[in-house]
Amino acid sequence: MNRWSAYWTAFSTILFKEIMRFVRIWVQTILPPAITMTLYFVIFGKLIGEQIGEMDGFKYIDFIVPGLILMSVISNSYANVVSSFYSSKFQRHVEELLIAPVPNWVILAGYVGGGVARGVSVGIVVTVVAMFFTDISVHSYGVTLLVFVVTSILFATAGFINAVYANSFDDISIVPTFVLTPLTYLGGVFYSISLLPSFWQSVSLANPVLYMINAFRYGLLGVSDIPVAAAFGLIAVFTVILVGFALRLLDRGVGIKS
Amino acid sequence: MDAAVVSAKGLCKRYGDFQAVQGIDFHIKPGQCFGFLGPNGAGKTTTLRMLLGLTPLSGGTLDVFGLPVAEQARAVRARVGSVPQADNLDPDFTVRENLSVYASYFGISARDAAPRIDRLLEFAALTDRADAKTDSLSGGMQRRLTIARALINDPELVVLDEPTTGLDPQVRHLIWGRLAELRSRGTTLILTTHYMEEAERLCDELVVMDHGRILDQGAPGELVRRHVEPEVIEIRAVPDDALTRLAEQAGCRVEGLGTSLYCYTHDPAPLLSRLRERHGLTFLHRPADLEDVFLKLTGRDLREGA
Repeated sequence: MNRWSAYWTAFSTILFKEIMRFVRIWVQTILPPAITMTLYFVIFGKLIGEQIGEMDGFKYIDFIVPGLILMSVISNSYANVVSSFYSSKFQRHVEELLIAPVPNWVILAGYVGGGVARGVSVGIVVTVVAMFFTDISVHSYGVTLLVFVVTSILFATAGFINAVYANSFDDISIVPTFVLTPLTYLGGVFYSISLLPSFWQSVSLANPVLYMINAFRYGLLGVSDIPVAAAFGLIAVFTVILVGFALRLLDRGVGIKS
Repeated sequence: MDAAVVSAKGLCKRYGDFQAVQGIDFHIKPGQCFGFLGPNGAGKTTTLRMLLGLTPLSGGTLDVFGLPVAEQARAVRARVGSVPQADNLDPDFTVRENLSVYASYFGISARDAAPRIDRLLEFAALTDRADAKTDSLSGGMQRRLTIARALINDPELVVLDEPTTGLDPQVRHLIWGRLAELRSRGTTLILTTHYMEEAERLCDELVVMDHGRILDQGAPGELVRRHVEPEVIEIRAVPDDALTRLAEQAGCRVEGLGTSLYCYTHDPAPLLSRLRERHGLTFLHRPADLEDVFLKLTGRDLREGA
């Protein structure tokens, strides 16, 4: 067996393990976002949304659909990797990987692949839920799928970095609670930044999640507060930085070698 | 002379101001079973972790199969099996799945892994539990599975950190049998242990460590001959001055520990005859063993974490 085929065997095993892990506990991993999003659609979309009227020329419920879907993708791809990699550190079975001759990039790709798989699975479930409440059609399948996948990769990698640094289960909930959720809510899920005063519009532009949500909104609805190319450029830069940083942490053994 | 499988020179590990391993040298020959003996905190596990590339070296050199571990850890790991101190099996998977997942990390395809897994399940006496989840296994079964997992890549060197700690005697004997079988096939074994009997039975050569330093090195019998008198009489009584004087007058070197008085001698007859005259005293006459060496070299004080 040549080296690449050995790496492929190792990668596909880590990926399969990660997918099996969240599929086996689907009641805890897939179902809750579906229920949460149903509530969002009912409360913000139907009940409150009908009082709000249109936003950027779309019914309010249609306007918030892309943001809500992407919010689920972000939080689930992040949560999958941070909890899985931290658990493997905590239970010490990550050492079986570290002792085996598996390159660090294969380890990272396997875990991130698992996060992407969960992010995309949840995204599909939430999209199906959304179809019961809205009748939106996809403006650009290419942009929609691309944002789906690259956003998952970015946040799965961020979850991996969080897990590397985490020393307790508390540490894996700090970033989602105090960083991820505020960034997502302030990233234009529920509103167009054109509604904000110019100062807050400028502040919002510093939020990377805004670019992802707007790119995704463009893919579904064909409207965006910012140019789509700029959004993809930013996502690509963030992804390269985080992947590079995660590999450096693995190479140096931060959090996993003493 | 065969090239050393493992060669360490001036090996150091520092954690801040604490020196866990302080410039140790050792060489392990192919096919040898090499043991690290020492109390808790002696630096045994740190040494093994450096050997596996899990802990970076602070100083010195460490070569395995002639390759520097620090630079070529992946090439080294491909030829090494590891049994960590605490079982780190994946609880989400079955016995067979744990082995097949680990096989894949070594690039072994599912088709090639299947017959190997069957052989290893048999080796570990776990064939009938192949489809059980690992958390349903007893401690002994988990240990056997961890050992089987370490052999999935058919390693030339197996590193075992306290392989039988906490196991009942039956399981311990089963594992000793399996390790002896591996050694007879030419696999090099490195183990740390707290069980002197284990070290005596399995190891061709061992080092006694304490406070990150090697206190002595040699074959078990050689160490016994070098450090302690050949005969020991253990008197089961709280050591007191009268008993100590009695043993010393009979030409013994005396050490007290807990509720026993250990009397080391080349000629046990004088003390034995005096003890037989004192009714109600329990005593045991035995040849000196590694435990006596261990206690002499590392002291009899209780260690933190023990």
